[in-house]
Amino acid sequence: MHIIEDGNTTAALGVKLCRANVIAAYPITPQTPLTERLSEYVESGKMKAEYIPVESEHSALAVCIAASSAGARVFTATSANGLLYMHEQVQWASGARLPIVMCVVNRAVGAPWNVWNDQQDSISQRDTGWMQIYCADHQQIIDTVIKAYWLAEKASIPIMVCYDGYILSHTTMPFDLPDQEKVDEFLPPFQPDYALNPDEPANLNTVTLPDVRIDTKGQLAHGYMEIRCLLQEELRTTLQLASEAEKRFAGIFGRGGNPYLEPYRCDDADYVAVGLGSITYQLRVCVDALRKEGIKVGVMGVRYYRPFPDAVIADALKGKKGIIVFEKALSYGYEGALTSDLKSALYEHLAGTGALPSVQNFIVGIGGREIHTRDLTENFRAATQGRVSREPSWIGLKL
Amino acid sequence: MQVKTNILNLPTQEFVHPGTRACTGCGLSIAYRVGLKALGKDTILVVPPSCLTVLQGLFPVASTKLPCLNVTFASTAAAATGILATLKTQGKEHITVAAWAGDGGTSDIGLQALSGAAERGDNFIYFCYDNEGYMNTGVQRSGTTPIGAITANTPFKGKLQQKKDVPAIMAAHHLSYVAACSAAYPLDLYDKIKSCMNLPGTKYFHIHIPCPPGWGYDPRYGIKIGRLAVETGYYDLYEIVHGKFRLTAASEKLMEKRKLVPVRDYFRAQSRFRMLTDQKIEEIQRQIDAKWAGYYKKDE
Ligand SMILES: Cc1ncc(C[n+]2csc(CCOP(=O)(O)OP(=O)(O)O)c2C)c(N)n1
Ligand code: SF4
Repeated sequence: MHIIEDGNTTAALGVKLCRANVIAAYPITPQTPLTERLSEYVESGKMKAEYIPVESEHSALAVCIAASSAGARVFTATSANGLLYMHEQVQWASGARLPIVMCVVNRAVGAPWNVWNDQQDSISQRDTGWMQIYCADHQQIIDTVIKAYWLAEKASIPIMVCYDGYILSHTTMPFDLPDQEKVDEFLPPFQPDYALNPDEPANLNTVTLPDVRIDTKGQLAHGYMEIRCLLQEELRTTLQLASEAEKRFAGIFGRGGNPYLEPYRCDDADYVAVGLGSITYQLRVCVDALRKEGIKVGVMGVRYYRPFPDAVIADALKGKKGIIVFEKALSYGYEGALTSDLKSALYEHLAGTGALPSVQNFIVGIGGREIHTRDLTENFRAATQGRVSREPSWIGLKL
Repeated sequence: MQVKTNILNLPTQEFVHPGTRACTGCGLSIAYRVGLKALGKDTILVVPPSCLTVLQGLFPVASTKLPCLNVTFASTAAAATGILATLKTQGKEHITVAAWAGDGGTSDIGLQALSGAAERGDNFIYFCYDNEGYMNTGVQRSGTTPIGAITANTPFKGKLQQKKDVPAIMAAHHLSYVAACSAAYPLDLYDKIKSCMNLPGTKYFHIHIPCPPGWGYDPRYGIKIGRLAVETGYYDLYEIVHGKFRLTAASEKLMEKRKLVPVRDYFRAQSRFRMLTDQKIEEIQRQIDAKWAGYYKKDE
């Protein structure tokens, strides 16, 4: 069924379709309408779940961590400082291997206060052991929420579904609302390997030593390092799981394709713009304009950011003359985090092959600074004509 | 009035294995052992970092026989809420959720989450075991460290501020049950837990925990010191049921006796109070006398 909704309601509908059992959230703009919708579904009886209006984001994730440990399918959502306030819990959730799904409605972080969109919040959580997927439209939001539960529960790894505040969260778009029966077919009920219960007592997340240790039955149990290495290895295997999820999803819903990347006019392009989220759709307009001028360009949206699909990306970009990364966040003191990741993937897979493209980095839209398509196009064009700057170059800056 | 449990009819089933990692003479070992007996098998525990994390053992060995979720320092009560929410969706509401946290984890970093859960009325039992300092990190001051106590970060003068009255804060949340207990009176703790298990919403227990390394005394004197705290009228055993305050056990007996042991005896039995002057002790004695005069007056 095709409907028209704002991005936050779209995400809420996805969570409802996935039959989350426990939802906990704390209000922060621009996430608020998403969790308000969920509280409406629960209070009106449209959704059978426990909705916990917690007193902080730290507690929101605490509720999800504990509820998931007890066997519930859980959901939370946040933005900006809410996500930063959760940071300790974000790490805990992945360390405890809990399949939590969290929407991050991307917003700039303080100081100074700014409620507008950029992606510094989720990018700052890049290294926490969560999967991170970025969405560029409403169909992607709802489909990704559904796939996210499947992936998270298969891998026992939490996942952030990220979409741009306002640009997606507060704009309405038409999309296909999946049927409940099909979602149920795609996503079976959550069956954890272990859930807290008195008949089978276990002490979870207890102090774990640097070295391996023998248990009471004489079996060797993991040390902290083994547990952490398994998180890394199993996080990497979600790259294959993502393909599987995509195939399953396509089989049931008839849409989907490449779970990692979203290329637009890249095949014969000399220069490819790369980005996360809604900006990649805006860049399509630039691509069309530059193509009219005879410049062979394309744009590649990166959907899976963690784990980083390095081989797929390097393969997609090999032989290009230049890659131009447009980012709404950066690793302060260096450059955009996506740029660094991309460079390392290209180096790893293409160094010495003669197919290694140059990489440039633009910073855009920080703290909601308006991104004019004309500015994007101009800078994109300039980058195809030579190196604009070594440092990341800020578009629309008025310094 | 509930039947008072004695050492002969206390259940023999243990939920804590013998030989935990707690220090010799640790008051927490007593309170935890007896507390878990009262809670019984159908219980899920929540524990933040503290001495209790250590007592429970290092992976893959556990010293408790109940399921336990270890959580971050500030999130104890919220985690209890999460387990409860799940049990509700699973139709397993007969299972008790019990959080056990230290005084730092309760009065300082965990207070927000605890207040949130209590305000929401989430149906679980919260135990604050109060050894009056951050013991796990090497005896630093907490919100409930008493005035005058030397700690690792109040090293010379002792703590200059009053102890935070957490049970009063929790009572201000209009809970169905708030209790103050002591490891030196484990059966009072046992009876109180049993009596509140069917009350609605959040139940709060504050347990005074003598701690040999943190307080500075020979481990064999733990119970004696815990009792002195009560017999001097310095730390009172009570319960507040639906807003109604009542002294219990040894504190209730003090009401009959109307005679308190001088608080000086309590202070002088521990090296942490070595900087407390006679003058300051007299001042504290006057405060205790005034508090008890209030109790006597209410009784009349
Ligand atoms: C966020 C965070 N800050 C600090 C710590 C370090 N820490 C671990 S246990 C502890 C002391 C706990 O004190 P308390 O709650 O009083 O329990 P006790 O150790 O006295 O039993 C501290 C400060 C931590 N684990 N997490
Ligand atoms: S430091 Fe004190 S509370 Fe902690 S285990 Fe030792 S005696 Fe018990």
